Amino acid sequence: MNHQPTPQTGKEKNPNLKKISGITMESIGVLMTCPMHKYLEQQLETHFNLFRLWHCNSSITEFLKTHQGNTIRAVVGDTNIGADAELIASFPNLEIVASYSVGLDKIDLRKCEEKGIRVANTPDVLTDDVADLAIGLILGVLRRICASDEYVRIGKWKDADFGLATKFSGKSVGIVGLGRIGTAIAKRAEAFGCSISYFSRSQKPFANYKFYSNIIDLATSCQILIVACALTEETHHIIDREVIDALGPKGILINIGRGAHVDETELVSALLEGRLGGAGLDVYENEPEVPEELLGLGNVVLQPHVGSDTVETSDAMADLVISNLMAHFSNKPLLTPVI
Amino acid sequence: MAAENPNFQNTDPPTVLVHRFPTFDFPPGNRLSTHFHLLDPITSPPTSPVLLHSIRALLCVGPVPVTPETLNRLPSLQIIVGSSAGVDHIDLTECRRRNIAVTNAGSAFSEDAADYAVALLFGVLRRLPAGDRYVRDGFWPVNGDFPLGFKLGAKRVGILGLGSIGSEVAKRLAAFGCSIAYFSRKKKTSVLFPYYENAIDLAANSDILIVCCALNDETRHIVNKDVMVALGKEGVIINVGRGPLVDEKQLVEFLVRGELGGAGLDVFENEPNVPKELLERDNVVLSPHCSVATPESFEALQDVIIANLKAFFSNKPLLSPVQKD
Repeated sequence: MNHQPTPQTGKEKNPNLKKISGITMESIGVLMTCPMHKYLEQQLETHFNLFRLWHCNSSITEFLKTHQGNTIRAVVGDTNIGADAELIASFPNLEIVASYSVGLDKIDLRKCEEKGIRVANTPDVLTDDVADLAIGLILGVLRRICASDEYVRIGKWKDADFGLATKFSGKSVGIVGLGRIGTAIAKRAEAFGCSISYFSRSQKPFANYKFYSNIIDLATSCQILIVACALTEETHHIIDREVIDALGPKGILINIGRGAHVDETELVSALLEGRLGGAGLDVYENEPEVPEELLGLGNVVLQPHVGSDTVETSDAMADLVISNLMAHFSNKPLLTPVI
Repeated sequence: MAAENPNFQNTDPPTVLVHRFPTFDFPPGNRLSTHFHLLDPITSPPTSPVLLHSIRALLCVGPVPVTPETLNRLPSLQIIVGSSAGVDHIDLTECRRRNIAVTNAGSAFSEDAADYAVALLFGVLRRLPAGDRYVRDGFWPVNGDFPLGFKLGAKRVGILGLGSIGSEVAKRLAAFGCSIAYFSRKKKTSVLFPYYENAIDLAANSDILIVCCALNDETRHIVNKDVMVALGKEGVIINVGRGPLVDEKQLVEFLVRGELGGAGLDVFENEPNVPKELLERDNVVLSPHCSVATPESFEALQDVIIANLKAFFSNKPLLSPVQKD
């Protein structure tokens, strides 16, 4: 008997994979809708029969010209391209959509439910990063770190002082949506001595923060308003002109949720007219397009939708996608099921 | 009413001499002049040198040096009220010899400086200024996703100097899930964070080094080549203290050779000059010594200055005396 240890192949970070080793899944057709994370792609390629939709012009029609639709049993999507009705209808053997995201707005959940297709996402893993970014955006806007970095780089410091910024510690913070991410933001802002209040559909019994049943009242009472709720029909444009005006010329709006939470046209005009103090934005209504009017403003910080885009979290999300697929195809419960 | 009380006779406010660079002044509308008679040689040169001989209190605005020559002109001087947290520009040995008290900004700046250290750290790890440039310069629609940044949570943060700024930094970063350790001249008995006896050991056990100690002969270049080697090639250095705390020449070389992960710098060895090798790098965040430049800090500073001067003129204990050991 040879008891030599099996050499490790590739990057085996995922402890869950060990539990189900021995089951061959290399024949299972998995469609990735768009490039997401190199490590995820490598893992999918190692364990499954991977197809890449972007190799077919990102078109399902194109894909079906060269591939059998019935080979695809799993789809891995994200918040750029998920699984819409057309995609779901194109793959009769589709069993599971494992989304490399926490957001599900690009997945037709009703269709999935109808057809008995399982859906899994990657909750929790990205909570910390998104909450971190919310605080980073606040500090970015109030302490003007992007503008000050530019000031040094272009050599203006030699001519004059940079001028004053605004203190963050001790400001009042209002959070729209006290879910996992909202709660993580609250915990962080507390360490800066901020007072926390929130708006959500219902009051949270566990939370020690001041609850507002009306978002206008929340916006009126806080200096920094953070959008951290899920995007639904109800929360589409939840930040409208009235909310922006309630926040006021000294108020700061932070959006780490989805672009469509904010009426962007109203936001732009409020910033241009000085009716809003500033904004920190990671998401936009028509990504990757960003309203041109924002690009020259000094009181905004703009990020290219990087909410959870860290090496550490992307690896953890990839591991979770693989684990969900593995669990599904070995008839075990999904780790993070949606449906 | 008070004017009718003979004990409240309207005496002249005490005189305080202002010591500053011509380019560096408190903004107009500050509250100091309602409490003290501020004598500013730059705006109104004193008519006789005799006046300077009687000056007991000096308000030192910003980083202007206080040298033995400064002190020689002020034989009656008893107190120097500084307006910054660090007082490395004041000759403390000479002050001690002449029995002149020195005060600093106390904790007026601690929260802002700590906030700024966190802001710079986010700037480096999550690459906020680079991301902002990426959007503003129109690269997002053309080049697609911005490269990944790094997670703050679970990082090991080493704090060099656990004074009032360092303690505020620790409190904030603990809330992000970071583990905290520190190096100070002395182990703090009231603090539970792990203590390291020197900067190299701290760096060897940290992913991120936050520099916020006072600058003196012992701490000049405390972050030297050995500390950078110990921190390692993914390590990040944040400096909100003073430029000379870090060996800037070495820092630049380590960054250029990829032997450090990144740096967030608010202070430099030769301000306002910044090493040109840093200007093109996306893994550094640079700022023009503005970690405490907020109206809120300035208000708090005035409170501290007024309290120190009032205490001095009424023979009470000073609010924020600098230990001159």
